[in-house]
Amino acid sequence: MIDTVIIPLLQIVVVINALALSASLMTLFERKVIAWTQSRLGPMRVGPYGVLQAIADPIKLLLKEDITPRKADKWMFTLAPIIALVPAMVVFAVVPFGSEKLFGSVDLFIADINVGLLFIISVTSIGVYGIILAGWASNSKYPLLASLRAAAQLISYEIAVTMTLVSVTLTAGTLSMVGIIEAQQDAGLWFVFVQPVAFVLVFIGGLAEINRVPFDLPEAEQELTGGFHTEYSGMRWALFFLAEYANTFMVAAIMTVLFLGGWLRPFPSVDALAFLDLIPSWVWFMSKMFVFLYMFTWIRATFPRYRYDQLMRLGWKVLIPIAIANVVVTAVAKVLL
Amino acid sequence: MAETIAFYTLSILILGLAVLVVTARNTVHSVLFLVMNFLCVAVIYVVLGAEFLAVIQILVYAGGIVVLYLFVVMLVNLTRAPEVHQDPRRISMPMALALAGAMLLELAGIVVYSYVLEPSAPASAAAVLPTEIQGNVEQIGWLLYTDYLIPFEVASILLLVAMVGAIVLAKREL
Repeated sequence: MIDTVIIPLLQIVVVINALALSASLMTLFERKVIAWTQSRLGPMRVGPYGVLQAIADPIKLLLKEDITPRKADKWMFTLAPIIALVPAMVVFAVVPFGSEKLFGSVDLFIADINVGLLFIISVTSIGVYGIILAGWASNSKYPLLASLRAAAQLISYEIAVTMTLVSVTLTAGTLSMVGIIEAQQDAGLWFVFVQPVAFVLVFIGGLAEINRVPFDLPEAEQELTGGFHTEYSGMRWALFFLAEYANTFMVAAIMTVLFLGGWLRPFPSVDALAFLDLIPSWVWFMSKMFVFLYMFTWIRATFPRYRYDQLMRLGWKVLIPIAIANVVVTAVAKVLL
Repeated sequence: MAETIAFYTLSILILGLAVLVVTARNTVHSVLFLVMNFLCVAVIYVVLGAEFLAVIQILVYAGGIVVLYLFVVMLVNLTRAPEVHQDPRRISMPMALALAGAMLLELAGIVVYSYVLEPSAPASAAAVLPTEIQGNVEQIGWLLYTDYLIPFEVASILLLVAMVGAIVLAKREL
């Protein structure tokens, strides 16, 4: 009873709360990093150096008026943010945050299923309904345009990313997230050195999947006045952003597990570096995730947005062919070696 | 026991959602009911211990194909209420009845075959797998590339043909 119900429930509560908190901290981090990139100060008013802005923003959003447009489809309008958020959080069930065991028996992950990676891909693919329905239910032209863009973009890049993940799965020989990390331990090498092409492809495709700059066409402010969430306000609007940040963390976590060895230290096979194991495994995991989050923010601060036809050309004519070629090369190498 | 309860609950949900799919007045709503229907089917796969199939069900049907349905529905039916379907030749009713009858016959046939004629027929193909093939994904992969190689390849050729056909239809000047 305790092992099968109570402990998983506690783990779920911890992960969901950590996600919500990290999302609000991430907004502050992004604003600060972008401000520094542009020689500004960023938020400075709330708390020392503006650090309490991360708490002020959620409170502001909770207190704001929550408007439903009169011509909107009420049910869908309410459901859409929930449909966007829930899959984004559910996928964290299979992310292995560390190899230690708390209190001798509790793992630092909720579940390790043997189709973990596929589970992540398939559940995140449900999230696109949130965006499409938000645009449709708003009954307004900009959100509808944005949601059509989003649907086309997410489906196109999903193909490229999934194709690329096939080659990583071939290298690891398993779909389990823990199994992939263990395969890197056995190989004594992070997969970024084995699959550099896949790394770049997943990075680019991941940016497109989470609608971040330079692929933020579904919410291009200058052309769509905010994109698919134009008609949303208050906490419902915030749910979309929570979902988006959860997806951002997810891409960072997938990249960490697949290419940077998850909780492993650098060069796990070199014994001379064994002192690095003194650092707990979850610290390694979190710092690798943090590197990716910083890179996403860095890109956001420095890249212009793609045009829509460029986006589609990149997805279909560049990423997908390279991904397929990568799968073939990996499969041949796997058979020959 | 728990499995039985789960199965019947899910079956009721699936059938209920299927009815809602065809009765919902708004097409977007009925597409959503279809998604929920597919998700419930995925849960049935999980109950049966076929995680791989469950995940593929979500990925392909709920996450892929229905998004395209939604796309089409949103594009064709934006401002007007859906028109009542007009069928000048009035063949859809007998056609539907005939199809439903055929389906019912087939189901009855399966039940009769498996419970009355051959009650002890081998149920699972997994029994012939070598013992070192463990796990859902490996088992399905093994079966697909050994016993079911030809159907598998034929199905992929079919999909390829469909894809080429779609491209030819959509892009007239190549």
